[in-house]
Amino acid sequence: MLSSVILVPAVLNGLMTGAVYALIALGLTLIYGVLHIINFAHGALLTAAMFAAFFAHKLLGLDPYVAALGLTPLFFLLGYGLQRFVIGPAAHGEDRNILLVTLGLAVVIENALLYAFRADTRTINLPYAFDVVEVGTAFLAVPRVVAFFVVVAVALALWLIMRWTDTGKAIRAVAKEKRGAELAGIDVAHIYAVTFGLGTACLAIAACLLIPTYYVNPQAGNAFVLIAFTIVVLGGMGSVTGALIGGLFVGVVESLSSLYLGESLGQIGIFAMFILVLLFRPSGLFGERA
Amino acid sequence: MRRFAPILIVLALLATVPLVTSSNVVLNFLVVALLIALVGQGWNLLGGYGGQYSFGHAAFFGTGAYATAILQVHYGINAWLGLFMGIAAGALVGAVIGALSFRSGLKGSYFALVTLAFAEVLRIIASVAPITGAGVGTLIKLDLRPEAFQFQSRAPFYWIILAMVGLSLVLVRMIEDSRFGAYLVALRENEDAAQALGVNTTMVKLLAMTISAAITAAAGCFYAQYFLFIDAGIAYGPWISVEALLAPIIGGIGTVVGPLLGALVVKTLGEATKLVTGDAPGLDLVIYGSVLILVVAFAPRGITGILLDLRHRLVSRKPAAPASLGRGHG
Repeated sequence: MLSSVILVPAVLNGLMTGAVYALIALGLTLIYGVLHIINFAHGALLTAAMFAAFFAHKLLGLDPYVAALGLTPLFFLLGYGLQRFVIGPAAHGEDRNILLVTLGLAVVIENALLYAFRADTRTINLPYAFDVVEVGTAFLAVPRVVAFFVVVAVALALWLIMRWTDTGKAIRAVAKEKRGAELAGIDVAHIYAVTFGLGTACLAIAACLLIPTYYVNPQAGNAFVLIAFTIVVLGGMGSVTGALIGGLFVGVVESLSSLYLGESLGQIGIFAMFILVLLFRPSGLFGERA
Repeated sequence: MRRFAPILIVLALLATVPLVTSSNVVLNFLVVALLIALVGQGWNLLGGYGGQYSFGHAAFFGTGAYATAILQVHYGINAWLGLFMGIAAGALVGAVIGALSFRSGLKGSYFALVTLAFAEVLRIIASVAPITGAGVGTLIKLDLRPEAFQFQSRAPFYWIILAMVGLSLVLVRMIEDSRFGAYLVALRENEDAAQALGVNTTMVKLLAMTISAAITAAAGCFYAQYFLFIDAGIAYGPWISVEALLAPIIGGIGTVVGPLLGALVVKTLGEATKLVTGDAPGLDLVIYGSVLILVVAFAPRGITGILLDLRHRLVSRKPAAPASLGRGHG
């Protein structure tokens, strides 16, 4: 039963899926780490990005990997605008209000997509979607391998931005000590919006990585975001390393549990893990005590 | 008694509606609005008075609905008895989720997340478990007798849901005037301070969540009897969690009549949208979501807050509102 012929491909595939989960979780944790809010609109924004990637291919004939180059800055601006002009002003600085505003945004985006495109499920056909590479005994789909390496590259790029650029330093300063950063002349509202933009840009990349092998409908993003919540809680809210390791871990767990328990029970496994971690170790496995 | 008079007058006025009109469209609209008012009143007790924002009140609504339906269909239990058992089941689920989350010290976003997750787990279980009818859903057999909690016309249904809303209004008003209510508001305003003054905040929150779940479960039981059909997406779907918080926030969070007022406004908006655009899926929710953001941004005390401000400006030219009625700012 535990033969390596089944197990190794399942683990490798889990790692590939987990990489995309990690990217989505990275956006969520980045926003949480700096703004200290849970962005309930994350799923709806991912769905919006998936629709954008879908129509970029359908109408403009753009390959999703090419479309990512345009969609990433576009979604950065969208995220920036949402935080700067909607969430920030509407919330009056109260956490409870931010929860409601991001929930309201999620409802608006998801249902606007439903209204515009109906509940139909759409897929795109790419010539390379079913190509595989052979790794030992495992066959891995090319789009998933690409996704894995793109996520690694994005994580590295984010790390470099955070470490070496002035904006990155400002973001870290605001995350650590908002009042102090403000006194040092950092425009906190701007940094908040930049962070929200970066988190949303992660979603645009994730959407372009998902669309070659996945479908899109107005609810498509939600499944990923509940997993992303799990990862973020598991890895510790605000911890980037936690999100990356947690993403890969959850990908493997999901792959193994649907191998042994079937699809829908595998999903419950993730939720069960989520609730247990929330209840017994809300600071996560990598985070600091809240 | 003076504190209850306005509630009784509103209820008495609403009770005359079926005597004036027998239009099924009007009654159906009001039944659904009252149903949402009841769901919202449950949320309001925990979220409005206690400041604990749940994003998963579907967990209680669905449990009430499924308990009523399953007890009748599979165990032949009388529907009226099923109603009370459904409320008890919802309260139990509320107590369990509350005990787990409050004892772990979850608050704010974490509490919202964990309630959302519990509702989703229940939805997934209900969509695969054989006893709930899995993907097919549960159909309650048509049996148009008052003993079976089913009626030929809509008027009795209307009076029953109105009575349930009325009870919830009186109950919340009584809680508002009680020591327990004062504790609840105290921990909303400053949990640490309340605890320092000797309030057992965990127990207060737990009790509020149990009552809150029972009220919302009652609405779920009624839903099952009224529509005679439920499935996982209806009973445990995110839509009901959203409407549960929408009604009190729009009507006036932490006020007795807020949920009722909000539910009427939300449902009127929904119907108006349908009239203008036809039955376009999603558009009503786009409007609900936008209204939610607008209310949070510009009228944090909801319609009740706007009305109170207006009255004070007209009557005494003092802008302040009584402390027990307003949520303050935010």
